[in-house]
Amino acid sequence: MNDLKKNNGGGDIVINLEHIGMIYKTGSINYEALKDINLTIYKGEFFSIMGASGSGKSTMMNILGCLDKPTSGKYFLEGMDVSKLDKDQLAEIRNKKIGFVFQGFNLIQRLSVIENVELPLFYAGIPHKEAVIEAKDALRLVDIDENKENNFPNQISGGEQQRVAIARAIVHNASIIMADEPTGNLDSVRSSELMSFFKKINEERNVTIILVTHEPVVAAFAKKHIIVKDGHIVND
Amino acid sequence: MKFPILLDIQSAFKTFTRNKARSFLTTLGIIIGVASVIATVSIGQGASASVQNAINALGSNLLIILPGSSNIGGVKTGFGELSTLTLKDAKAIRKLPAVKTDSANIRMNEQVIWRGNNWATSIMGSSSTFPVIKNWPVTNGAFFNSQQVNTAANVAIIGSTVATQLFGLMNPVGHIVLIHNVPFKIIGELKTIGFNAFGQDQDDIVIIPITTMMEKVAGISWINIIMVSAKSKQDTLSAQNEITALLRQRHHIPPHKPSDFYVRNLTQIAQTAGSSAQIFTILLAAVAAVSLLVGGIGIMNIMLVSVTERTKEIGIRMAVGAKKNDILKQFLIESSVLSLFGGILGIGLGIGISDLISIITPLKTILTIEPIIISIIFSVGVGVFFGFYPAYKASNLNPVEALRYE
Ligand SMILES: Nc1ncnc2c1ncn2[C@@H]1O[C@H](COP(=O)(O)OP(=O)(O)OP(=O)(O)O)[C@@H](O)[C@H]1O
Ligand SMILES: [Mg+2]
Repeated sequence: MNDLKKNNGGGDIVINLEHIGMIYKTGSINYEALKDINLTIYKGEFFSIMGASGSGKSTMMNILGCLDKPTSGKYFLEGMDVSKLDKDQLAEIRNKKIGFVFQGFNLIQRLSVIENVELPLFYAGIPHKEAVIEAKDALRLVDIDENKENNFPNQISGGEQQRVAIARAIVHNASIIMADEPTGNLDSVRSSELMSFFKKINEERNVTIILVTHEPVVAAFAKKHIIVKDGHIVND
Repeated sequence: MKFPILLDIQSAFKTFTRNKARSFLTTLGIIIGVASVIATVSIGQGASASVQNAINALGSNLLIILPGSSNIGGVKTGFGELSTLTLKDAKAIRKLPAVKTDSANIRMNEQVIWRGNNWATSIMGSSSTFPVIKNWPVTNGAFFNSQQVNTAANVAIIGSTVATQLFGLMNPVGHIVLIHNVPFKIIGELKTIGFNAFGQDQDDIVIIPITTMMEKVAGISWINIIMVSAKSKQDTLSAQNEITALLRQRHHIPPHKPSDFYVRNLTQIAQTAGSSAQIFTILLAAVAAVSLLVGGIGIMNIMLVSVTERTKEIGIRMAVGAKKNDILKQFLIESSVLSLFGGILGIGLGIGISDLISIITPLKTILTIEPIIISIIFSVGVGVFFGFYPAYKASNLNPVEALRYE
């Protein structure tokens, strides 16, 4: 561990995966989606994961994001072993430390833009008045104007929806943002626009960003890269 | 510190207002269930109040003596058993210490004849205070006075049903009718009051002075009802005992044999009416339970659909930190708000139906706060109970799978 720290100029370790394996069971068939993954990510890193379709990127993101538990190995998040936690404890970790940006935007259609952004604060038990102020701040950071706050997700563009998703990811001061193909549904102009917001957040707020993408142009925004192939990390 | 529950309720409301038609149809079962409870309870209370009023109108010290065996064990004496009370019994009862002297009424069934017409009705012997005591005025002519009672005058007051049967549209006052072959002059006609709570036509009656009844009409006839008042409310029990002892002695009934008459006081009559009201209430409760059950299943069904439709939303909520209980609470509140909403609409509808019945039928329905409060509590209960399974299902979704759901 100390060696790793030194390699990165003494930064704090945020994520440490030790021999992580993931086996999906469908009926009698076992599918090994991840095999012996070892990975260390430091605070403030902008990290990209690339790889072919079906290689195990999303599986890895789900484990890193505490949405799923690995079938073997240990996962230390900010020094805490989270591979043994139960559903509610994982929910609390996601709420406090992790923000998600998904390919499909994943905003709740029945809620307005600002209500979507308030959601993590709602589950953190933060009073409504305070939550509104913080949600507005987060929205300003990704250049969503006040006059669009009360729109519903289907009343704003795809690029704007994805920025709202970023606002939701950072509103509760998450230390890590997990973005699984966030530009997958955007054209190249919107893609680089969106990526510039990730970059801004990474630089200004020192938020660790883990980005899964197919596109080298998008991956180029990251400072560190890994490639996953058949459930292994092949290149660092 | 958690968010105030108000916000959850507010968000539940938002869900329903976005799907008004479905929310309304979902709660229809609850609406109909609660409305029928409110309406039928108000009918039941109205009916039992009118029975109570009818009983109270008889006067609270009233005792009723009826012929017939009291039917507890014992051998029935046969066909003639209904003719066990005589005029002499009535006279003797009036002299008992616990019985008020001026208040006896005697009833018997007789033919009333006027020219070619005749009508079988109930003839009542009463005192001059009858219109005041019964709050039943004469609208045409006048009631007989105490002097006419003392002299056993041949005068009669006619009920409106009898008047119509004998005289049609003619004014009956001043005409002479025959009762038990004795001529009576009609000097007054009673106000029409219609049917009582037991379904008897109260206007089918002729009233004559009790003295005339005893001296000239009843003769050796059997009497089918004697009504007397106890001196006071406290005296009713002793009056009842005195009457029972007196009549048993007069009828020579040995101690081990049952009486050949009944003595009933008002409390006993009210109890009989009360117990039938209770059966009615139980029936209502059963109907209500069934309709609320059906309504609850409707809610459960739609909540299950809602959970499936919103799988992705549940996944998103879990991803940003919703715990099992948060999801459970959200769906439970939604189902309770939905059924509470149905309950409130149902109460409105029920009050409307109850008012309508008061307007279009003679029955005056009575609405109290209890069934309304119970309905509200029940509909929320139904929402919680039938919403639990869908909510539990939602809270146990796997976040990864829920997020992948399209
Ligand atoms: N719940 C599951 N049950 C069974 N197999 C699964 C499950 N989820 C993923 N897999 C399998 O695991 C492998 C890795 O899937 P994963 O979604 O991680 O791929 P990916 O690298 O994200 O691909 P893509 O680039 O297409 O998103 C695939 O072969 C997939 O079929
Ligand atoms: Mg994927």
